Amino acid sequence: MNDILTVSGLNKSYDDFSLKDVTFSLPEGCITGFVGVNGAGKTTTLRTLLGLTNKLSGKIQFFGLDMDKNEREIKDRIGIVLDGGGFYEELSLGEMKGIISSAYTSWSEQDFKRYMDMFSLDPKQKINSLSKGMRMKYALALALSHNAELLIMDEPTSGLDPLVRGQLLKILTEYMENGGKGVFFSTHITSDLDKIADMLIMIDNGRIVFREEKDTLLDTYRLVKGDSGALTTDARKLFLSISETDFGFTGITKQISEVRSYIPNIMVERPTIEDIMLGNIGGEK
Amino acid sequence: MKILISNTSDTPLYQQIKDQIKDAILKEELVEGDALPSIRAFANDLKVSVLTIRRVYEELEQEGFIVSQVGIGTFVSTSNLELLRDSKRRLVEQKMTDMIQTAKSLKISKEELNSMMDILYEEA
Repeated sequence: MNDILTVSGLNKSYDDFSLKDVTFSLPEGCITGFVGVNGAGKTTTLRTLLGLTNKLSGKIQFFGLDMDKNEREIKDRIGIVLDGGGFYEELSLGEMKGIISSAYTSWSEQDFKRYMDMFSLDPKQKINSLSKGMRMKYALALALSHNAELLIMDEPTSGLDPLVRGQLLKILTEYMENGGKGVFFSTHITSDLDKIADMLIMIDNGRIVFREEKDTLLDTYRLVKGDSGALTTDARKLFLSISETDFGFTGITKQISEVRSYIPNIMVERPTIEDIMLGNIGGEK
Repeated sequence: MKILISNTSDTPLYQQIKDQIKDAILKEELVEGDALPSIRAFANDLKVSVLTIRRVYEELEQEGFIVSQVGIGTFVSTSNLELLRDSKRRLVEQKMTDMIQTAKSLKISKEELNSMMDILYEEA
């Protein structure tokens, strides 16, 4: 399997925040979720990847091409949806489309019309009159209308109601079925990822915590519930995080067979992505 | 074909899916030439990753249960009949192993087990 994006040794620093040696890759044919809490570095990573902000060091390759030398060609081949969109508020949707479409070599007016109809968007409407959900749909229509091979989106689902989120997820899977090579999107709404992600990359405090197939994560981590009295010091070490109440404990572990041998009478469940994410950020132990 | 994924099982997802496809082939719910869904469509329906389905298809192909034709699709292949019979025997053997373990843990002797088997086999 080829990687459509490889990032290695990416460093970037602000006064109070830095990306530290961010390294990961996206395999072709996958929907990859980029997770982390607010302020973990998701948006900074995406913006740096796209060359919207300067990096200190690091190598970024899209489709095997170096970003530093081939920015124009690469951007022609990817669709981007960023928070806010960066549109001129006073223009109509049709006028803004005119500006954006001229930047792409393989703009498809037919695709654009289809998405505008699908999203019930009117080309004569002004951008500043769009609701948050409509704005995201408009940005998505633009991103999907130039035969992009890779779609990169920053928090596309935040602030959207469950119905519109469902529509977006459906469009993403259709995009992949119709030959898209990849989708990479950041989110902190992890239930979206439970539904459609193939790969997950987690970032915390500017560092990559893991890059793993979603199903492998779900197969390796376990949510354990049991009697707090049975939690010996050795047993505690087997957990990534534990929360306790008067009635028992709930913990996340990657070593379920060891836990079973230490603590009898436990309840074991498959965790959700959210459990795994919070487990990795740490909790009471 | 029916595929049910358990969220409480310790069996990895790909294994659960693979076993159930194999069962369907062994029970002849799927026969020679039947098309399997595309990787992406299958993954969407089961709410699992495409990487998991890809792994299932790869392993089933290696074991001779299906063939993938690039650009056309993935199809059930029962050309390897000996393998299939062997798998059928293995399927029964697996269940027997489970049964024997249960019997042993309940201190049921081999003779007792054999006579239970004789009676039940005739009745079933």
